[in-house]
Amino acid sequence: MNNTPNDTSRSDVTLGEIFRAFLLIGATSFGGGVVAYLRSSLVTKHGWLDDEKFVELLSISQTLPGLNATNMAVLVGDRLRGGPGAIAAVCGVCLPGALLMYAVGIVYHVHGDRPLVTAMLHGVAAAAVGLILATTVQLGRRSLQHIYDLIFVALAVIGVNRLHLSVPYVLLGVGALAIFWYRPRGGEKEGLGR
Amino acid sequence: MNQIPALIRVFAYLSLLTVGGGMAAFPELEILTVNVHHWLTFPQLIHLYSVGQMAPGPNMMMIVSIGEWAGGVTGAVVVLIAFFLPTALLTFVIGRLWSRLEKWPWRASIQRGLASVSIGLLLAGCFTMARGAVTGLVTALIAIVVFTILLRSRINPALLVLGGALIGLLAFGGD
Repeated sequence: MNNTPNDTSRSDVTLGEIFRAFLLIGATSFGGGVVAYLRSSLVTKHGWLDDEKFVELLSISQTLPGLNATNMAVLVGDRLRGGPGAIAAVCGVCLPGALLMYAVGIVYHVHGDRPLVTAMLHGVAAAAVGLILATTVQLGRRSLQHIYDLIFVALAVIGVNRLHLSVPYVLLGVGALAIFWYRPRGGEKEGLGR
Repeated sequence: MNQIPALIRVFAYLSLLTVGGGMAAFPELEILTVNVHHWLTFPQLIHLYSVGQMAPGPNMMMIVSIGEWAGGVTGAVVVLIAFFLPTALLTFVIGRLWSRLEKWPWRASIQRGLASVSIGLLLAGCFTMARGAVTGLVTALIAIVVFTILLRSRINPALLVLGGALIGLLAFGGD
């Protein structure tokens, strides 16, 4: 490939192709594991990114506010076709789920207080807690490298759940503390603990 | 009363808190949509959020349902734009700067620091949700079983959530 690292712009990919690829991801990624669907479409099927680039973009997506799926859509769409590519990708990945949840919202509003529906949703909600907890633990296993990281995890949990501080204060407070803890030392890479 | 300005404010604000994932914003989502604006109740929020986990695409699309309840079609569209535009713009700009920031030593510090805080915020959101969703022995067992299976296998989570629906129906459908 003759792509230079900073210029992966691909003028041969059309906006329609970008939109369709992300629409398909947005329509098929049932069950929450949208990252796996992104990878199999963008890296394996279309070859728009290599694995290394995919992981790099994913790490940007996770650091910045915003959902992984839409942040990835922005970054990949921009790399392929600039701003219009980013818009096409975000619209594609959001559209199916948005339409579905629009319909679900209306149906739930009308039938949500039927006893059988409530009973089912009681079970769904409990299962969703297990799902979200598992996703978080898996993400933590990958992104936390050091025992000190757990201190910042604990501080954030205590701040929100015990002290009932609002999320932005915890994000800024504990975030600043953690960033300072991992501050650059001596010009070389990040500090390797102490 | 016209809820559109409030919807824009609330969801644009929430979007900036979703560091690491949508769950990080859940505690504020509860406070603002349930306690402050009364667009829905806490159980309704938990139900929509859980169903939204099964929907394809970004896993916060349940915000569309809240927008629709509070402001009809306009509300749904407005919520989508308010929630996704600010972070999309931010990601667009930072994404372009990112490779140029490679030599900036603080980039790695910010990434490592925020990684741990975002895991903490996701857990905090998860516990907030568990407070409403795990209400007894049966729901606790469902959550634990789903959690354990997902850490040990590659089964599609949507199937487990559907399984939860079935158990909920059997356990709570009688009364």
